[in-house]
Amino acid sequence: MSALLQVRGLSHHYGQRIGCQDVSFDLHPGELLCIVGESGSGKSTLLKAAAAQLIPSSGSVRYHQRDGAWLDLGELSEADRRRLAREEWGFVTQNPRDGLRLNVSAGANVAERLMALGMRNYSQLRDIARGWLERVEIDPSRIDDAPTAFSGGMQQRLQIARTLVTQPRLVFMDEPTAGLDVSVQARILDLLRRLVNELGLAAVMVTHDLAVARLLAARTMVMQGGRVVETGLTDQILDDPQHPYTQLLVSSVLTT
Amino acid sequence: MTSNYNFAFLDENTKRMLRRALLKAVAIPGYQVPFGSREMPLPYGWGTGGIQLTAALLGPDDVLKVIDQGADDTTNAVNIRRFFARVAGVTTTERTTEASVIQTRHRIPETPLREDQILVFQVPEPEPLRTLEPREAETRTLHALADYGLMHVKLYEDIAQYGHIATSYDYPVLVDGRFLTSPSPIPKFDNPKLDHSPALMLFGAGREKRLYAIPPYTQVESLAFEDHPFEIQRWEHQCELCGADESYLDEVIVDDRGSRMFVCSDTDYCGQRRAEQAA
Repeated sequence: MSALLQVRGLSHHYGQRIGCQDVSFDLHPGELLCIVGESGSGKSTLLKAAAAQLIPSSGSVRYHQRDGAWLDLGELSEADRRRLAREEWGFVTQNPRDGLRLNVSAGANVAERLMALGMRNYSQLRDIARGWLERVEIDPSRIDDAPTAFSGGMQQRLQIARTLVTQPRLVFMDEPTAGLDVSVQARILDLLRRLVNELGLAAVMVTHDLAVARLLAARTMVMQGGRVVETGLTDQILDDPQHPYTQLLVSSVLTT
Repeated sequence: MTSNYNFAFLDENTKRMLRRALLKAVAIPGYQVPFGSREMPLPYGWGTGGIQLTAALLGPDDVLKVIDQGADDTTNAVNIRRFFARVAGVTTTERTTEASVIQTRHRIPETPLREDQILVFQVPEPEPLRTLEPREAETRTLHALADYGLMHVKLYEDIAQYGHIATSYDYPVLVDGRFLTSPSPIPKFDNPKLDHSPALMLFGAGREKRLYAIPPYTQVESLAFEDHPFEIQRWEHQCELCGADESYLDEVIVDDRGSRMFVCSDTDYCGQRRAEQAA
């Protein structure tokens, strides 16, 4: 099976400082890849570069389109980048307030991407929005409420609904469960696992939480100081870490 | 006519700059062309954009009509009309049929316009996406890519909140199937008059330093949903002065006991109808 996303020798520097250095990986359809590491290890830089939100200093990212053609993201025009982001990709931010449109209702947030794709039937938009609110466990009767009236966990679930409503092939997630309390985290992870399986989507998820990787990802990449220090099957990495940093990371997980 | 000013107040180089921008605007229907807006002898928001466009258009033989909310006798209309009578010496009129240039705020005359007439709109906010997207660089990109899904978010919100599209003025239109455009704060009642209009329509926003145009016989589509089509306002009343039942009506409170009457907002149209009935 051919890869969906191919990252080769990706580096990004912020002036003298290293964002990420010489990262390569393949992502296959239906696969969820976790990138773990401490703050400042270059996870988010890597994610943004892979999602064509910033132009890397060097290296290449290629994406396998629906029609079978390979697209080099470095040569993408602004119009194509936006089309991809709108039609084939999704991006879930850590703070739902960055990913949501806070001055319009929950229903409009979910329906926005559909309207951007040209859907112009109000009742149909409404039905789909209600369906998705239900899927992410938000009471559909709150469809006309503003997202500001929602709790943090609900806002994050709303953002997930808004991103997945167009059934993207590839989703980038930047610490979607950070900043939420443990029980809410668990529900969102449960939800994500279910949706990823149902929709068969591929995802790259950045997290500093090893438990998230354990729960969701088949494959995990460990980053430190902008470099990938270890990569492999999640269970293998967590149960038998080879690199000293990974060993430290695994041993520092609190257990009760 | 006051001879201390150049004809029509603005100097010739400024008028040339405005005309160049206007030609570009006509060539790209609905596209907002930046221009060097000048300081005018009245505050921003009182029609500086419209006045500069009118000044660039006027010739000595033109006949100027100015309306404000449909009326010829309101402060804004009277002052702008008097301004051009003084600095350009042009003939002014209140009759829509006699005018060659009509500057307007918030209305399109009821009387159908002709090919030899130009309508100049005063525009407070030329960017229809502004309330949804505050970043100018972003709205320009959205226009460049014709990425207009955002506008429907606003209409969606209207229906979700009020059960119908409650936007009743400044109703967004798509010009020539390409550019999303603000028709200026005219009531949506007037939107159908924009479509395939024989008269040239020019829009000037002085504070925002943008002008745009809808050339004659250009397709202008008011946005809507398939199951919530575009509709104009209707009244259960007729004009109490002239009996018109197809014009835009203003509700006027006539005493402090809640009595009210409905009259045409277009004073010239109403007056002509009454003159015909009297004859």
